[in-house]
Amino acid sequence: MTRRIEIVENILNANDRISTINRSILDNAGVFSINLMASPGAGKTSLIENTLALLARQLQIAVIDGDIATDLDTQRAIRAGAIAHQINTGGECHLDAKMVNEALIKINLDKVDLLIVENVGNLICPATFQLGTHKSVLVASIPEGDDKPYKYPGMYRGVDALVINKIDLLPYIDFDLTYFKRGVEILNPGLRTFELSCRTGEGLEQWVAWLTTEINLVKASAL
Amino acid sequence: MTNFTTGHPTIHGILSSVSDMHELSIAENILDIALRHGEQAKARKITDLYLVIGDLSSIIDDSIRFYWDILAKGTLAEGARLHFKRICAQLRCTNCGHTYVLAGEDFSCPECMSSAVEFISGNEFYFDAIEVET
Repeated sequence: MTRRIEIVENILNANDRISTINRSILDNAGVFSINLMASPGAGKTSLIENTLALLARQLQIAVIDGDIATDLDTQRAIRAGAIAHQINTGGECHLDAKMVNEALIKINLDKVDLLIVENVGNLICPATFQLGTHKSVLVASIPEGDDKPYKYPGMYRGVDALVINKIDLLPYIDFDLTYFKRGVEILNPGLRTFELSCRTGEGLEQWVAWLTTEINLVKASAL
Repeated sequence: MTNFTTGHPTIHGILSSVSDMHELSIAENILDIALRHGEQAKARKITDLYLVIGDLSSIIDDSIRFYWDILAKGTLAEGARLHFKRICAQLRCTNCGHTYVLAGEDFSCPECMSSAVEFISGNEFYFDAIEVET
Protein backbone atom coordinates (compact mmCIF):
# COMPACT_ATOMS: atom_id res chain seq x y z
CA MET A 1 0.00 0.00 0.00
CA THR A 2 1.29 3.44 -0.90
CA ARG A 3 0.73 6.32 1.48
CA ARG A 4 1.75 9.90 1.70
CA ILE A 5 3.27 11.26 4.91
CA GLU A 6 3.14 15.01 5.39
CA ILE A 7 6.33 16.25 6.95
CA VAL A 8 6.66 20.02 6.58
CA GLU A 9 10.05 20.21 8.23
CA ASN A 10 12.91 22.58 7.55
CA ILE A 11 15.53 20.64 5.58
CA LEU A 12 18.27 22.11 7.73
CA ASN A 13 16.53 21.23 10.99
CA ALA A 14 19.48 19.18 12.24
CA ASN A 15 21.90 22.04 11.60
CA ASP A 16 19.55 24.58 13.16
CA ARG A 17 19.17 22.45 16.28
CA ILE A 18 22.94 22.37 16.82
CA SER A 19 23.16 26.09 16.11
CA THR A 20 20.69 26.69 18.96
CA ILE A 21 22.96 24.66 21.25
CA ASN A 22 25.97 26.72 20.12
CA ARG A 23 24.11 29.92 20.91
CA SER A 24 23.32 28.82 24.45
CA ILE A 25 26.94 27.76 25.04
CA LEU A 26 28.05 31.25 23.94
CA ASP A 27 25.29 33.03 25.87
CA ASN A 28 26.10 31.15 29.06
CA ALA A 29 29.78 32.00 28.71
CA GLY A 30 28.94 35.65 27.96
CA VAL A 31 30.82 35.53 24.67
CA PHE A 32 29.63 37.76 21.84
CA SER A 33 30.15 35.98 18.53
CA ILE A 34 30.06 36.85 14.87
CA ASN A 35 29.96 34.73 11.71
CA LEU A 36 32.21 36.55 9.28
CA MET A 37 31.40 35.80 5.65
CA ALA A 38 32.76 37.11 2.35
CA SER A 39 34.02 36.10 -1.05
CA PRO A 40 37.72 35.12 -1.18
CA GLY A 41 39.96 38.18 -1.00
CA ALA A 42 37.41 40.65 0.38
CA GLY A 43 39.51 41.07 3.51
CA LYS A 44 38.06 38.86 6.26
CA THR A 45 41.46 38.01 7.69
CA SER A 46 42.69 41.61 7.37
CA LEU A 47 39.59 42.80 9.21
CA ILE A 48 40.28 40.26 11.96
CA GLU A 49 43.92 41.41 12.22
CA ASN A 50 42.86 45.06 12.42
CA THR A 51 40.17 44.29 14.99
CA LEU A 52 42.73 42.44 17.09
CA ALA A 53 45.20 45.31 16.80
CA LEU A 54 42.59 47.65 18.27
CA LEU A 55 40.99 45.36 20.86
CA ALA A 56 43.42 42.60 21.84
CA ARG A 57 44.97 44.65 24.64
CA GLN A 58 41.75 45.05 26.60
CA LEU A 59 39.82 41.98 25.41
CA GLN A 60 40.47 38.30 24.81
CA ILE A 61 39.47 37.37 21.30
CA ALA A 62 39.09 33.88 19.90
CA VAL A 63 38.99 33.04 16.21
CA ILE A 64 37.58 29.90 14.65
CA ASP A 65 38.88 29.67 11.15
CA GLY A 66 37.18 27.68 8.44
CA ASP A 67 39.35 26.89 5.48
CA ILE A 68 39.27 24.24 2.83
CA ALA A 69 42.86 23.15 3.34
CA THR A 70 45.50 25.51 4.76
CA ASP A 71 45.97 27.07 8.21
CA LEU A 72 47.49 30.34 6.91
CA ASP A 73 44.63 32.47 8.23
CA THR A 74 44.81 30.81 11.65
CA GLN A 75 48.52 31.61 11.83
CA ARG A 76 47.75 35.24 11.00
CA ALA A 77 45.13 35.41 13.77
CA ILE A 78 47.53 33.88 16.33
CA ARG A 79 50.27 36.34 15.40
CA ALA A 80 47.78 39.17 15.90
CA GLY A 81 47.03 37.99 19.45
CA ALA A 82 44.01 35.70 19.23
CA ILE A 83 43.29 32.25 20.59
CA ALA A 84 42.72 30.54 17.27
CA HIS A 85 41.24 27.24 16.28
CA GLN A 86 41.40 25.85 12.78
CA ILE A 87 38.65 23.86 11.08
CA ASN A 88 39.72 22.24 7.85
CA THR A 89 36.46 21.64 6.07
CA GLY A 90 38.00 18.97 3.83
CA GLY A 91 36.51 20.38 0.66
CA GLU A 92 33.24 21.67 2.08
CA CYS A 93 32.44 25.18 0.90
CA HIS A 94 30.97 26.38 4.20
CA LEU A 95 31.06 25.88 7.95
CA ASP A 96 28.10 24.22 9.57
CA ALA A 97 26.84 24.26 13.15
CA LYS A 98 28.36 20.88 13.98
CA MET A 99 31.88 21.90 12.94
CA VAL A 100 31.58 25.03 15.08
CA ASN A 101 30.20 23.00 17.98
CA GLU A 102 33.25 20.72 17.91
CA ALA A 103 35.55 23.74 17.86
CA LEU A 104 33.70 25.46 20.74
CA ILE A 105 34.33 22.50 23.00
CA LYS A 106 38.08 22.89 22.47
CA ILE A 107 38.24 26.59 23.40
CA ASN A 108 38.24 27.78 27.00
CA LEU A 109 35.40 30.27 26.63
CA ASP A 110 35.60 31.51 30.24
CA LYS A 111 38.35 33.91 29.33
CA VAL A 112 36.97 34.96 25.96
CA ASP A 113 35.07 38.22 25.28
CA LEU A 114 34.63 38.00 21.52
CA LEU A 115 34.52 35.02 19.19
CA ILE A 116 35.00 35.58 15.49
CA VAL A 117 34.09 32.66 13.24
CA GLU A 118 35.78 33.19 9.91
CA ASN A 119 33.71 31.29 7.38
CA VAL A 120 34.99 29.80 4.13
CA GLY A 121 35.37 32.46 1.43
CA ASN A 122 32.20 32.05 -0.59
CA LEU A 123 29.10 34.17 -1.22
CA ILE A 124 26.60 31.37 -1.68
CA CYS A 125 26.68 28.43 0.70
CA PRO A 126 27.55 29.96 4.09
CA ALA A 127 24.30 31.95 4.07
CA THR A 128 22.28 28.74 4.23
CA PHE A 129 23.89 27.33 7.37
CA GLN A 130 23.20 28.99 10.72
CA LEU A 131 26.11 28.55 13.12
CA GLY A 132 24.57 29.88 16.33
CA THR A 133 26.60 33.07 16.41
CA HIS A 134 24.93 36.29 17.62
CA LYS A 135 25.44 38.25 14.41
CA SER A 136 26.20 37.42 10.82
CA VAL A 137 28.54 39.90 9.20
CA LEU A 138 29.29 40.16 5.50
CA VAL A 139 32.49 41.74 4.25
CA ALA A 140 32.12 43.22 0.78
CA SER A 141 34.94 45.06 -0.95
CA ILE A 142 35.17 47.70 -3.64
CA PRO A 143 37.17 45.65 -6.22
CA GLU A 144 34.46 42.94 -6.25
CA GLY A 145 32.12 45.28 -8.09
CA ASP A 146 28.88 47.09 -7.25
CA ASP A 147 26.57 44.36 -8.59
CA LYS A 148 27.16 41.81 -5.82
CA PRO A 149 23.93 42.45 -3.86
CA TYR A 150 21.98 41.83 -7.07
CA LYS A 151 23.88 38.65 -7.86
CA TYR A 152 23.92 37.14 -4.37
CA PRO A 153 20.62 38.23 -2.81
CA GLY A 154 20.52 35.25 -0.44
CA MET A 155 23.74 36.33 1.22
CA TYR A 156 22.81 40.01 1.51
CA ARG A 157 19.38 39.18 2.88
CA GLY A 158 20.63 36.98 5.69
CA VAL A 159 23.17 39.22 7.44
CA ASP A 160 22.96 41.59 10.45
CA ALA A 161 25.79 43.90 9.47
CA LEU A 162 27.76 44.76 6.36
CA VAL A 163 31.37 45.90 6.15
CA ILE A 164 32.37 47.61 2.90
CA ASN A 165 36.14 47.17 2.86
CA LYS A 166 38.83 48.78 0.68
CA ILE A 167 36.88 52.04 0.59
CA ASP A 168 40.20 53.81 -0.14
CA LEU A 169 40.07 52.29 -3.67
CA LEU A 170 36.83 54.08 -4.62
CA PRO A 171 38.58 56.84 -6.64
CA TYR A 172 40.34 54.24 -8.80
CA ILE A 173 37.57 51.76 -9.54
CA ASP A 174 34.23 52.06 -11.33
CA PHE A 175 32.13 51.24 -8.32
CA ASP A 176 28.76 52.99 -8.05
CA LEU A 177 28.25 53.13 -4.28
CA THR A 178 24.68 54.46 -4.67
CA TYR A 179 23.73 51.55 -6.95
CA PHE A 180 25.36 49.08 -4.56
CA LYS A 181 23.59 50.53 -1.52
CA ARG A 182 20.24 50.62 -3.31
CA GLY A 183 20.47 46.84 -3.84
CA VAL A 184 21.43 46.32 -0.21
CA GLU A 185 18.55 48.52 1.01
CA ILE A 186 15.99 46.51 -0.98
CA LEU A 187 17.32 43.18 0.26
CA ASN A 188 17.97 44.16 3.84
CA PRO A 189 16.36 47.50 4.77
CA GLY A 190 18.24 49.52 7.37
CA LEU A 191 21.20 47.12 7.41
CA ARG A 192 23.97 48.33 9.70
CA THR A 193 26.84 49.23 7.37
CA PHE A 194 30.48 50.11 8.02
CA GLU A 195 32.53 51.70 5.28
CA LEU A 196 36.18 51.19 6.05
CA SER A 197 39.64 50.43 4.79
CA CYS A 198 41.81 47.84 6.50
CA ARG A 199 44.79 49.31 4.65
CA THR A 200 44.42 52.93 5.80
CA GLY A 201 42.50 52.29 9.00
CA GLU A 202 39.74 54.69 7.95
CA GLY A 203 36.35 53.79 9.46
CA LEU A 204 37.66 51.05 11.74
CA GLU A 205 36.76 52.91 14.92
CA GLN A 206 33.00 52.71 14.19
CA TRP A 207 33.31 48.99 13.55
CA VAL A 208 35.21 48.41 16.78
CA ALA A 209 32.77 50.61 18.71
CA TRP A 210 29.85 48.49 17.50
CA LEU A 211 31.65 45.27 18.49
CA THR A 212 32.41 46.69 21.92
CA THR A 213 28.78 47.63 22.50
CA GLU A 214 27.60 44.17 21.48
CA ILE A 215 30.29 42.45 23.59
CA ASN A 216 29.11 44.38 26.65
CA LEU A 217 25.45 43.58 25.97
CA VAL A 218 26.06 39.84 25.80
CA LYS A 219 28.32 39.94 28.84
CA ALA A 220 25.75 41.89 30.86
CA SER A 221 22.96 39.43 30.10
CA ALA A 222 25.16 36.47 31.10
CA LEU A 223 25.87 37.88 34.55
CA MET B 1 38.91 12.99 4.32
CA THR B 2 39.51 9.59 5.82
CA ASN B 3 37.52 7.63 8.32
CA PHE B 4 40.12 7.04 11.03
CA THR B 5 38.42 3.92 12.40
CA THR B 6 38.51 1.96 9.17
CA GLY B 7 41.25 3.79 7.32
CA HIS B 8 39.01 3.95 4.26
CA PRO B 9 38.06 7.20 2.62
CA THR B 10 34.58 8.21 3.78
CA ILE B 11 31.77 8.73 1.30
CA HIS B 12 31.86 12.38 2.32
CA GLY B 13 35.53 12.58 1.41
CA ILE B 14 35.09 10.90 -1.94
CA LEU B 15 32.07 12.95 -2.92
CA SER B 16 33.32 16.29 -1.76
CA SER B 17 36.47 15.83 -3.79
CA VAL B 18 34.27 15.31 -6.85
CA SER B 19 32.53 18.62 -6.37
CA ASP B 20 32.84 21.17 -3.59
CA MET B 21 29.22 22.02 -3.06
CA HIS B 22 26.87 22.40 -0.16
CA GLU B 23 24.32 20.21 -1.91
CA LEU B 24 26.11 17.21 -0.41
CA SER B 25 25.33 18.27 3.17
CA ILE B 26 21.83 19.14 2.07
CA ALA B 27 21.30 15.75 0.44
CA GLU B 28 22.47 14.14 3.71
CA ASN B 29 19.94 16.20 5.66
CA ILE B 30 17.19 15.21 3.23
CA LEU B 31 18.08 11.53 3.60
CA ASP B 32 18.10 11.75 7.42
CA ILE B 33 14.67 13.34 7.53
CA ALA B 34 13.20 10.90 4.99
CA LEU B 35 14.58 7.85 6.81
CA ARG B 36 13.37 9.08 10.20
CA HIS B 37 9.80 9.54 8.96
CA GLY B 38 9.92 6.37 6.85
CA GLU B 39 11.02 4.26 9.81
CA GLN B 40 8.40 5.84 12.07
CA ALA B 41 5.75 4.84 9.54
CA LYS B 42 7.26 1.33 9.35
CA ALA B 43 7.61 1.75 5.61
CA ARG B 44 9.02 -1.05 3.48
CA LYS B 45 10.24 1.48 0.98
CA ILE B 46 10.29 5.23 0.46
CA THR B 47 9.27 5.89 -3.14
CA ASP B 48 8.94 9.67 -3.49
CA LEU B 49 10.21 12.80 -1.74
CA TYR B 50 8.58 16.20 -2.11
CA LEU B 51 10.73 19.24 -1.42
CA VAL B 52 9.90 22.93 -1.60
CA ILE B 53 12.80 25.21 -2.52
CA GLY B 54 12.75 28.96 -3.04
CA ASP B 55 14.81 30.47 -5.83
CA LEU B 56 16.74 32.62 -3.35
CA SER B 57 18.05 29.61 -1.46
CA SER B 58 20.83 28.86 -3.98
CA ILE B 59 20.24 25.12 -4.18
CA ILE B 60 20.77 23.31 -7.46
CA ASP B 61 18.35 20.43 -8.05
CA ASP B 62 20.72 18.44 -10.24
CA SER B 63 23.51 18.53 -7.68
CA ILE B 64 21.19 17.19 -5.02
CA ARG B 65 20.08 14.43 -7.41
CA PHE B 66 23.71 13.59 -8.12
CA TYR B 67 24.48 13.03 -4.44
CA TRP B 68 21.11 11.53 -3.66
CA ASP B 69 21.54 8.40 -5.77
CA ILE B 70 24.83 7.60 -4.07
CA LEU B 71 23.77 8.47 -0.52
CA ALA B 72 20.44 6.65 -0.64
CA LYS B 73 21.93 3.40 -1.94
CA GLY B 74 21.33 0.55 0.45
CA THR B 75 18.77 2.46 2.52
CA LEU B 76 14.98 2.44 2.71
CA ALA B 77 15.03 5.35 0.28
CA GLU B 78 17.12 3.73 -2.45
CA GLY B 79 15.71 4.62 -5.85
CA ALA B 80 13.24 7.14 -4.42
CA ARG B 81 12.25 9.92 -6.82
CA LEU B 82 12.96 13.51 -5.83
CA HIS B 83 10.32 16.11 -6.65
CA PHE B 84 11.31 19.74 -6.35
CA LYS B 85 8.67 22.39 -6.12
CA ARG B 86 10.41 25.63 -7.02
CA ILE B 87 9.06 28.86 -5.57
CA CYS B 88 10.08 31.94 -7.51
CA ALA B 89 11.36 35.05 -5.77
CA GLN B 90 8.40 37.42 -5.66
CA LEU B 91 8.57 41.08 -4.73
CA ARG B 92 5.92 43.60 -3.75
CA CYS B 93 6.35 47.30 -4.29
CA THR B 94 5.49 49.11 -1.08
CA ASN B 95 4.95 52.30 -3.08
CA CYS B 96 2.31 51.21 -5.65
CA GLY B 97 1.47 47.70 -4.44
CA HIS B 98 2.53 45.99 -7.68
CA THR B 99 3.62 42.37 -7.26
CA TYR B 100 6.22 40.90 -9.61
CA VAL B 101 8.72 38.11 -10.04
CA LEU B 102 12.43 38.84 -9.69
CA ALA B 103 13.90 38.84 -13.19
CA GLY B 104 17.39 39.87 -14.05
CA GLU B 105 19.53 42.20 -12.08
CA ASP B 106 17.33 45.10 -11.11
CA PHE B 107 15.02 44.72 -8.13
CA SER B 108 13.11 47.97 -8.70
CA CYS B 109 9.36 47.97 -9.34
CA PRO B 110 8.77 47.73 -13.13
CA GLU B 111 5.56 49.79 -12.77
CA CYS B 112 6.66 52.84 -10.80
CA MET B 113 10.47 52.33 -10.71
CA SER B 114 10.45 52.60 -6.93
CA SER B 115 13.12 50.70 -5.03
CA ALA B 116 10.95 50.53 -1.92
CA VAL B 117 10.14 46.87 -2.41
CA GLU B 118 9.96 43.79 -0.23
CA PHE B 119 10.43 40.09 -0.85
CA ILE B 120 7.31 38.03 -0.28
CA SER B 121 8.64 34.62 -1.36
CA GLY B 122 11.76 32.82 -2.50
CA ASN B 123 13.42 31.79 0.78
CA GLU B 124 11.49 28.54 1.18
CA PHE B 125 13.53 25.49 2.00
CA TYR B 126 11.56 22.64 3.48
CA PHE B 127 10.51 19.05 3.22
CA ASP B 128 6.85 18.79 2.30
CA ALA B 129 6.08 15.06 2.26
CA ILE B 130 7.24 11.57 1.43
CA GLU B 131 5.41 8.68 -0.18
CA VAL B 132 6.05 5.25 1.21
CA GLU B 133 5.03 1.65 0.62
CA THR B 134 3.93 -0.05 3.78
